[in-house]
Amino acid sequence: MTPPILTVRDLVVTFGTREGVLTAVNGVSFDLYLGEVLGLVGESGSGKSVTGLAILGLIDPPGQIARGSITLDGAELIGKPEEELRALRGKRLAMIFQDPMTTLNPVLRIDTQMIEAIQAHERVSGKAARERARQALARVGIPSPEERLDAYPHQFSGGMRQRVAIAIALLHRPAVLVADEPTTALDVTIQAQILAEVQSLAAETGTAMLWITHDLSVIAGFADRIAVMYAGRIVETGSVVDVLETPIHPYTAGLIGSVPSRNKRGVPLAQIPGMTPSLAKLPPGCPFSPRCPRATVTCRTTMPAETPFAGARMARCHHPLTGEPLAA
Amino acid sequence: MSAPIIELDGVSKRFVKPLDAAEKVANLFGAGLAEKMVHAVDAVSLTIAEGEVVGLVGESGCGKSTLGRIVAGILEPSAGAVSYKSRRTETLASAERRAAQLAVQMIFQDPMASLNPRRRVVEIIGEAPVVHGLVPASDMDAYVCEMMGRVGLDPGARRRYPHQFSGGQRARIGIARALAVKPQVLVCDESTAALDVSIQAQVLNLFMKLREEFRLTYLFVSHDLGVVQHISDRVAVMYLGRIVELSPTDEIFRAPNHPYTQALLDEVPRLEAKKKRFSALKGEIPSPLHPPSGCHFHPRCPFAFERCPVERPVLKEIAPGRFSACHLNDGPQPRPGKVFSDGEAVAA
Ligand SMILES: Nc1ncnc2c1ncn2[C@@H]1O[C@H](COP(=O)(O)OP(=O)(O)OP(=O)(O)O)[C@@H](O)[C@H]1O
Ligand SMILES: Nc1ncnc2c1ncn2[C@@H]1O[C@H](COP(=O)(O)OP(=O)(O)OP(=O)(O)O)[C@@H](O)[C@H]1O
Ligand code: SF4
Ligand code: SF4
Ligand SMILES: [Mg+2]
Ligand SMILES: [Mg+2]
Repeated sequence: MTPPILTVRDLVVTFGTREGVLTAVNGVSFDLYLGEVLGLVGESGSGKSVTGLAILGLIDPPGQIARGSITLDGAELIGKPEEELRALRGKRLAMIFQDPMTTLNPVLRIDTQMIEAIQAHERVSGKAARERARQALARVGIPSPEERLDAYPHQFSGGMRQRVAIAIALLHRPAVLVADEPTTALDVTIQAQILAEVQSLAAETGTAMLWITHDLSVIAGFADRIAVMYAGRIVETGSVVDVLETPIHPYTAGLIGSVPSRNKRGVPLAQIPGMTPSLAKLPPGCPFSPRCPRATVTCRTTMPAETPFAGARMARCHHPLTGEPLAA
Repeated sequence: MSAPIIELDGVSKRFVKPLDAAEKVANLFGAGLAEKMVHAVDAVSLTIAEGEVVGLVGESGCGKSTLGRIVAGILEPSAGAVSYKSRRTETLASAERRAAQLAVQMIFQDPMASLNPRRRVVEIIGEAPVVHGLVPASDMDAYVCEMMGRVGLDPGARRRYPHQFSGGQRARIGIARALAVKPQVLVCDESTAALDVSIQAQVLNLFMKLREEFRLTYLFVSHDLGVVQHISDRVAVMYLGRIVELSPTDEIFRAPNHPYTQALLDEVPRLEAKKKRFSALKGEIPSPLHPPSGCHFHPRCPFAFERCPVERPVLKEIAPGRFSACHLNDGPQPRPGKVFSDGEAVAA
């Protein structure tokens, strides 16, 4: 089997805050293979974006990568000088940020920004770059791209800004793409067009993707594998079919149960009871234990370890909903 | 039906980009360049009753946020009138106008752009209620903690700045800020899109509870049709600046009338774990800079006939409480049954 294009091992990211040191990502490990889409889902605030930012080397103080390893094509990224990272970013490694205004500069015209992004990694004339930019906008479904190029970001709708950010991330056909909630503001038809565009990119160039989203229906139709995060840790991984149809971890099951289309109209939606734990003061043992219907004394005292299950699955739970843990 | 709280009467919003100097010079030499104009909202009339939830759906860029901003009094319409509790807002005296603006709050699509990066969350949420005398200054801290708890945020984080939160946490700061001034109408613009489904459920349940307790009214903009179906009493479908269908939720999902609504509802994604091939849109995507003539949908409509490119269909009542803007409803053409995403029509 070919080695993974991206590996993340035991990644720990912390932030200093007034409430104390907060561990946003707490020992995350996964691999990403050529052409693969790994869907990353989980609780709001569980560390998905921070994981993505760490891969791109974009954690700024007071945040820091406290531990772990991230390799791209076998080469370690953590500790790499900023210039080398900058040469990779936008080219081999690209990110679609959760907030499109992270990518876009509000005071520059769209064409200026896109031409800059093209010329940062390629020697092409301004005219050729503008033509590439126009085509890129058309591919993400922006009508009248020629006339839209000289607009400013605030003249675009929310979904149009999001599509410009996607177009910029795809410009250089990256080897690894971290997509953070890339289609949240898009209606289903345009979403389908973007996903088609990204799928053809993956097929042509083998781009591997970490696809962060809350939209389980997108994951269901688009990803190969899925990883579920809770309070800074990956609590379950497996193939999309396995995880969505027979979740092992009670948090995953709670999440799937909250999807509106699985609920009756007019009655309150099923929601996971209790509050998201504060990362600054996590309970001992399993961080989900205060909200978990299956919690026992063991859960409240001992952190469940990453445990392999049949079918190349993994979960962190003392009382799995299905399946027997494989002997180590 | 209860009294209307918001009425839009023929509301339009045009954004005009004037010619720049070079273009003006070019025109002197006969280039004939025209100003670019986006007709973001085009003669929309809509009445929302007190305590009602109206879902607003439509393609990206069709004018939903612009319409929401007009309802919230943040944007002035280019034409038409907005009334709050049956009084036209432009005729209100300034004090009344401020009261009306406070009563209609908007939760913005882009939370980061709407939160002041230099203010702590406690100030972002707590300031307006204190300024407007809804809570005494001495209670502000406790009030903010309560509001944060209601949207599932950890009150312990209230001294942090917006950038120190995750995307979904920021979205909830925006929700808490809007709720904190005890509004009567909430314009929710993709308010739960950044939330995981469990927290989304918590926020939607909260919205429903506030509606029961305080008769809160909602204009609920969302691309998530599952959410819209769950929460709305009526659904308005927009296409290139116009409302093309407006109907009670159950009926519109059961039997959509307008061909665009039919196509839209056909795309509802399901939670089926099956790798799909996604396909791009059929037909050219229309541009709001050059909207198609007559019925804006005609270049993509599988039922378009001679009348469609030449005459704009008006939004007409086709059954009690159901409105649609499509020439097919005038007969004698047979009513289309259902449109599949590949554009083929079959009889009902
Ligand atoms: N700059 C920062 N300073 C302090 N804390 C931060 C900072 N950035 C993120 N955090 C915290 O780290 C945790 C993880 O944040 P992250 O943005 O990764 O969440 P997420 O899983 O992407 O959530 P969402 O789905 O809401 O976007 C959150 O609890 C957040 O409050
Ligand atoms: N300030 C502005 N100046 C110029 N054009 C604008 C401005 N604001 C919006 N527009 C244009 O008006 C149209 C409607 O935008 P709007 O933001 O209302 O769309 P939307 O339906 O909310 O889309 P989305 O689902 O992508 O958020 C778009 O074509 C947009 O480019
Ligand atoms: S370890 Fe215990 S508390 Fe944690 S998810 Fe499993 S059953 Fe629930
Ligand atoms: S008016 Fe004509 S083009 Fe428009 S939706 Fe109806 S049939 Fe289609
Ligand atoms: Mg995030
Ligand atoms: Mg919008």
